[in-house]
Amino acid sequence: MSPAVRRRVDARVVVAVLLLGGLALVPMISSLIGGPFYITLFTRIVIFALAAVGLNLILGYGALVSFGHAMYIGIGAYAVGILSHHGVGSGWIQLAAALAVGAVVAVVIGLVCLRTSGMAFIMITLAFAQMFYFLAISLKQYGGDDGLTIAARSDFGVFTLASNTVLYYTALGVLVACLIAFHRLVYSRFGMVLRGCRSNERRMAALGFPTLRYKLTAYVISALVCVIAGMLLANLTKFSAPSYMAWQASGDLIVMIVLGGMGTIVGPVAGAVALLILEEILSGWTTHWMIVLGPAIVLIVLTAKRGIYGYLVERTARHAEAGASPS
Amino acid sequence: MTSLLATVGLVKRFGGLIATDGVDLTVEAGEVHAVIGPNGAGKTTLINQLSGEIAPDAGRILLDGRDITGEPVYRRALMGIGRSYQITSVFPEFSVLDNVVLAVQAHAGHSFSFWRPLSAEAALIERARTALAQSGLAARLATPVAALAHGERRQLEMAMTLATSPRLLLLDEPMAGMSLAESERLVTLLATLKGRYGILLVEHDMDAVFKLADRISVLVYGRVIACGDPAAIRANPEVRAAYLGDQDAAVAA
Repeated sequence: MSPAVRRRVDARVVVAVLLLGGLALVPMISSLIGGPFYITLFTRIVIFALAAVGLNLILGYGALVSFGHAMYIGIGAYAVGILSHHGVGSGWIQLAAALAVGAVVAVVIGLVCLRTSGMAFIMITLAFAQMFYFLAISLKQYGGDDGLTIAARSDFGVFTLASNTVLYYTALGVLVACLIAFHRLVYSRFGMVLRGCRSNERRMAALGFPTLRYKLTAYVISALVCVIAGMLLANLTKFSAPSYMAWQASGDLIVMIVLGGMGTIVGPVAGAVALLILEEILSGWTTHWMIVLGPAIVLIVLTAKRGIYGYLVERTARHAEAGASPS
Repeated sequence: MTSLLATVGLVKRFGGLIATDGVDLTVEAGEVHAVIGPNGAGKTTLINQLSGEIAPDAGRILLDGRDITGEPVYRRALMGIGRSYQITSVFPEFSVLDNVVLAVQAHAGHSFSFWRPLSAEAALIERARTALAQSGLAARLATPVAALAHGERRQLEMAMTLATSPRLLLLDEPMAGMSLAESERLVTLLATLKGRYGILLVEHDMDAVFKLADRISVLVYGRVIACGDPAAIRANPEVRAAYLGDQDAAVAA
């Protein structure tokens, strides 16, 4: 490895550690400032960061732009809501049910969607998500349009998510675990196949790879990460609603990825932090905050080609370069 | 004796155009069978049907006597059909070594391995290095493919195809766009492969074709108008009229 390359790798680690370290300090800072508001905001940020990291596996590394991943957030949220409604408060049972339903749905929908590519893939994933959105609205016994209130947060036996701090660190722990797993995955055999398919799927088949199987596996993994994010979201809001799987929510995930840096492991985390904080600040100023946020996103995407994360890495690397070269 | 590859009455239509018109063709083990013909004769369409990328409308394709007409591309590759593309088809964002490692990996068990980094798979990397050394790219292992010259990319394309240890090679204009020196080197490489693989060679470079081929089929408007050894093809009046023309004079000179 050349020194310049090594500095870039180091810079990536530095930025990731600063970002996640900063997130780890949130509950302390929040209690110093003395308001539960910040921990709630940042739990939301971490949960959406998790979902965006999940989607980025297929979007960034497989070039599969799913415009329907909020559906899986909804499946996770409704698994908690519906089971809790029937008196099942065990987090493990909720988790097992959510993952099982999510996996079956993802395999079936994935098999249909992955036969298409490009624009058709975007549209067909959107169509499936809309179907689930209206399915949730039609569930009158589970609140229909109004959503479903959850009486108690999930109970995992050894710990419960009742405390905001425990919920926050659980979400952050899952996010870090997911980042580490994906970092390994991308450089494994499987990750090489996925990236090969992004680059030249026709050649991958000619080399002897059954590409559909690998893309489907990636799609299911990415969906299940969003299912877990949905479970955490339901625990945070004590609520599951059809709006969780609205197409705008799927769009937000894509914006987070593009904003943070597509095809980087940590990028979507930076994107989620930036988007949700901007949204929070701007919506405090004006009800028409979208008018400000839209151009801001365009500006960031155009100036920082590899997203916020790419920009931060670049800056850190240049900083190290300046420090390393003798003056 | 069963041929390594045989097509029986292969037909492919695109709307009103017949791209492949009842082609019967065989490739024996260890033989170089060249397919020549003017542009638009259906040579690439033929290769795409053999590799499985497009399905024929009629006819059968046999590999070692076994009907593979309905098999998908990847399974044909695993059965031993390796192909190279007319337009270089590699992975531009990977290094030269990683490109070949992927080719080796395709034939080394499944790739549902999510944790172990590829850089720790010593067996795969060793085989990829060997393949690269054979094709003369040993010095370029770590180079990103995007930084390779055209001729080097063609060499890489060849190295990847060979790294899948095929029995049958489908080569679609391997010399396209190469300099004289580069194509001479490739002819030398192909001559060493002769006898070890069955090779179906589609090529416009007539020097190379007549140097390498054991048999030549001439394809015109999707139909094989002649098939025979190089001397017979060169002497065939129909072929001269349809295709060879001045190039034949150049070869004879």
